[in-house]
Amino acid sequence: MGDAHNTVTPRDWTAHPPLIHPDYKSTVRRGPTKPLIPIGHSLSELTGPVYGHDALAPLDNDLTKNGAKNGEALGERIVVTGRVLDDLGRPQPNALVEIWQANAAGRYIHENDRHDAPLDPNFFGGGRTVTDAEGRYRFYTIKPGAYPWPNHANAWRPNHIHLSLFGPTFASRLVTQMYFPGDPLLALDPIFLGTPEAARDRLVSTFSLDVTEEGFALGYVFDIVLRGPRETPTEAGR
Amino acid sequence: MSAPKQTPSQTVGPYFAYGLTARQYNYPHTSIADGSMAGEDVEGERIRVEGRVLDGDGMPIPDAMIEIWQADSQGRFAHPADPRNSNAGFTGFGRFGTGTDPKNRFIFDTIKPGSVTSGEAPNLNVIVFMRGLLTHVYTRIYFADEDAANAVDPVLSSVPEDRRGTLVAARHGNTYRLDIRMQGDDETVFFDV
Ligand SMILES: [Fe+3]
Repeated sequence: MGDAHNTVTPRDWTAHPPLIHPDYKSTVRRGPTKPLIPIGHSLSELTGPVYGHDALAPLDNDLTKNGAKNGEALGERIVVTGRVLDDLGRPQPNALVEIWQANAAGRYIHENDRHDAPLDPNFFGGGRTVTDAEGRYRFYTIKPGAYPWPNHANAWRPNHIHLSLFGPTFASRLVTQMYFPGDPLLALDPIFLGTPEAARDRLVSTFSLDVTEEGFALGYVFDIVLRGPRETPTEAGR
Repeated sequence: MSAPKQTPSQTVGPYFAYGLTARQYNYPHTSIADGSMAGEDVEGERIRVEGRVLDGDGMPIPDAMIEIWQADSQGRFAHPADPRNSNAGFTGFGRFGTGTDPKNRFIFDTIKPGSVTSGEAPNLNVIVFMRGLLTHVYTRIYFADEDAANAVDPVLSSVPEDRRGTLVAARHGNTYRLDIRMQGDDETVFFDV
């Protein structure tokens, strides 16, 4: 395999939430109960889907415009940018980042969303981009609203954007959510709190005046760290 | 500077469909992939792979998303780490939500993969996402008509014998069927990849 890597850094279970977290009720009947069976990394895990710039349409990273029908999307315009790195600190160029979110009123365009808040005819809420040579991505969007959900009495999800990333291998796949600094709902949200305490701040973006565009949009920075390929010594005799 | 730490996983939630599987759910947005994995120019035996995702009560889950990553008919991956050139036009990647089929099945129309190396049985690499799953899980789908290869496959062999059947899809014509069970006596084997 030439310079191919022969393994990927392990999933860090001090970072990721457990499969069953009873405060988040749906996990109780959906999370696997038997221990995961470890497998070594073969070509199946060390390869993964490749999507580059040719997977993008021009407005895919601008959610303030890609759903516009007859006017401007409503709400607070924001810029969300950051770097995609692996856990050895190397930037990840050409990484596909897909996002989806609620509108400013906390309503998803999804037909199963029954929340009694208005849809915005000029906001769709889905987009994608690919990182540049330094691993940077950038979205323009509308700050998503909080929304109620049926997990427990008076339950509200904090403002958040859903993100999906592949990284370089099948093993580096990540789906996560980005939150906003200072949100009082974070301390009450079983999905956020399902994350080990020491890792929670990695899910919260940072406000940045440098990224903020004067007269146009507030800036938030969110770096994303994926599992990275690495070399380990092969066993003798192989 | 010390190495950065992994970003925690979070659930895909109930509303991924218009963001990740828009074409399948008829939302006005493009998709990078869906359940139709093999175009006409792709070499290989056409197969359908389908099944349900069942919760701890045995109920089909209507808001799960399944991703498949597979080799082509000659066991080659469309990825730079695999130096063998794979089939033209076959990405090897499929993605399908369980919300559009009346029986809440995932349905992939693809080609049967070849063995990646001579000791490995043909298989599909699978990731399962859903509301209620805070961290995605990995599994595999093997093929029931590959008995001899399955018997020596290193991953299948590492699974306790009485649980191997949870990874093997039965063949009916050109369709392979396998349900993914999240819990219970027949809980599907999930891997720590
Ligand atoms: Fe959400």
